[in-house]
Amino acid sequence: MRRARSWLPGLLLVSPSIVAIGVFVYGMLGWNFRLAMTDQHDEVSEGEFVGLKNFVDLWDVPRWHVSVDHAVMFTVVFVLGALLLGWFLAFLMEKGIRGEGTFRAVYLFPMAVSFVATGIVWRWLMNSGTGERAVGLNRLFDVIGLPQWQWFRDPDWGMAAMAIPAIWQMSGYVMALFLAGFRGVPEELREAARVDGCTEWGVYRHVVLPLLRPVTLSALIILGHISLKVFDLIVAVSGKQIVTDVPAVFMWVAVFDAHDPAKGATIASYIVLSVAVFVIPYLVWSVRKERRS
Amino acid sequence: MTAVVTRRAGAATWVRFGLLLAFVVVFLIPIYVLLATSFKPLTEADPGQAWNLPRTWTGEAWRVAWEKLSPGLWNSVLLAVPGALLSCALGSMNGYVLSKWRFPGADVLFTLFLFGMFIPYQGVMIPLVQLLVKLNEWTGLQGVFYGGIPGLVLAHVVYGIPICTLIFRNYYVTIPDELVEASRVDGAGMLRTYWSVVLPVSAPAFAVVIIWQFTSLWNDFLFAVFLTSPTSWPATVMLNNIAGAQATPYSQQMAAAVLASIPTMLIYVLLGRFFMRGLMAGALKG
Repeated sequence: MRRARSWLPGLLLVSPSIVAIGVFVYGMLGWNFRLAMTDQHDEVSEGEFVGLKNFVDLWDVPRWHVSVDHAVMFTVVFVLGALLLGWFLAFLMEKGIRGEGTFRAVYLFPMAVSFVATGIVWRWLMNSGTGERAVGLNRLFDVIGLPQWQWFRDPDWGMAAMAIPAIWQMSGYVMALFLAGFRGVPEELREAARVDGCTEWGVYRHVVLPLLRPVTLSALIILGHISLKVFDLIVAVSGKQIVTDVPAVFMWVAVFDAHDPAKGATIASYIVLSVAVFVIPYLVWSVRKERRS
Repeated sequence: MTAVVTRRAGAATWVRFGLLLAFVVVFLIPIYVLLATSFKPLTEADPGQAWNLPRTWTGEAWRVAWEKLSPGLWNSVLLAVPGALLSCALGSMNGYVLSKWRFPGADVLFTLFLFGMFIPYQGVMIPLVQLLVKLNEWTGLQGVFYGGIPGLVLAHVVYGIPICTLIFRNYYVTIPDELVEASRVDGAGMLRTYWSVVLPVSAPAFAVVIIWQFTSLWNDFLFAVFLTSPTSWPATVMLNNIAGAQATPYSQQMAAAVLASIPTMLIYVLLGRFFMRGLMAGALKG
C-alpha cells in the first residue's frame, strides 16, 4: 500500500461526495425505514416504534394488493415488450442497412422526451371513448375495422395498455444496447462457425446469442428498475385513479392526500426492496467482472 | 448458385428495410398527433376529425400554451442549467480521483456510489422533504430549500453524483496513466495535474454529462412534485397540471407538451452522439 501522503489528497477531494451520498442516499434510506417502523400516521405525532407492524398491515389494505398486481403486470408487459421490440429492431439492422442513422435516430428520440409529455399524447391516443365519441387509436381502429378497446381503463388488462407508451419510449434504448452487442461479436467467430458448416440461423443461435447475454442482463436490470418505480407516466396518463394505481402513486397519495408519513415510508420501503433484491447482486457481479478483466 | 444467394439476400434486405420503415411510421404516430392537433382551431376539435390535418392552421393554441407554460419553462432553465454544471464539477473530480489517485477502498466506495444510481427515489423522498423543511427553518430562508428551485437543484446534484462519477471515471480510465505519472514526476500535485493534464482532454466527458444531467433534470417530475411549490414548478409539473385540467382543449395540451419537450429534443438532434454515450454509460458499459 502506498503511503497515506499520496492518497490522502484524493480522499479529501472526494469527501464532499462521500458525505453527500452517505447522508442523502444511505442515511435517508435508513431514516425512511425507521419511519416505516413507527406509528407516525399523521403529521403531528412523534411516532412510537412498532417494528414491522406497518409492513404486515399494508397487506390488509385492498388498494395495496391492487397496486402490486398492477406493478407486476406493467413490469412483465413493459420489460418483455421493450426487450423483444428493441432486440428485433437491432436484429433487423445489425448487418447494416441503408439509412441506418435515420432509423436509429427515429427509434431513439422518444428517450429525449419526458414521461409527462409522452403521457399526454398517449392519453389522447388511448382514449377509451368508443363509437361516435371515439378519438385516438379507437377512431383509427374503427376506420380500418379493428375492435375498439378500453385501453388503460380496462379493469383486467389496463396496465398492459399502460405499458405501451413505456415500450414506445424505451425500446429504442434497448435497440441501441443490442446493436452495440451485435456489433461486438467478432466477424472471425461467425466466419469460423460458417466454415464448420453452421447455417446462418445456427451461427446466430450458437455464436451470437450467447455473446448477447451480458447486454440482455443490463437491459433487463435497467428496464426492471424503471418499471418498479414507474410514476410520471401513470400520473400523466390517468392521474391518481385506482384503475391504474401502482405503489409509487399509492405512496404519493399516502403522503400528500392521506397525510400518513409512516404508511408512505412503508410503501417506499417495499419499492426499494423490490429493486434492491436484483440490483445489488447485479452490481456486485459487474464490479467483480470488471476487476477480473 | 451465387445469383440465387444474391437474390435471396436482396429480398431479405428489402424485407428488413420494409419492416424498419413500418416501425418508423408507428414510432412517429405520436408526433403526428402532437403537431396536427396543436395547430387545429377549436372548431375542428370534434372526434370525427381527430386524425385529420387541420383545415385552417392556427397558432392560437400555441400562444395560449406558451402563456400558461412559460413560467415553468423558465423555472426549468434555472433548475437544469446550474444543476448540470454543478454535477459536472463534482463528477469530474470524483472520476479523476477514482481512476488516477485511488485510495484504499476506492472500489468498495465506487460500488456504494453506483447503488445510489439505482435506488428508487421514493425511498428517500419523505426524509428529503423533512430535511429541506428543516433547512428552511434553520436558515430562515422560507421557500428556498423546500418549495424552491435551490432545494430541487441540491437534490438533483446529489442524486446525480453516481452516474456523473461513473461517466467521468470510465472516461478517465482511458487516459494513459503515464501522462499522470509524468506530471507527478515533474512535481505537480493532484490538483495541478488535474488542471493541466486531465481537464484539457475532458471535453467529451463534459459534453456527455452536461447533456445527460440537463435532460434528466429537465424531464424530472418526481422530485419536482414532492419538493416544489406553485411558484417554483418546473415545466413538467406545470405541463401535467395544464393537461390534467378538464377545461384545457387538446390543441393546447399538445402544444404545451411540444413546448416542454423542445429543449431536450433540440439537444438530441444537435448532439445525439453525446446523448448516445450517456445512455450507454447508464448501462454500466465503459
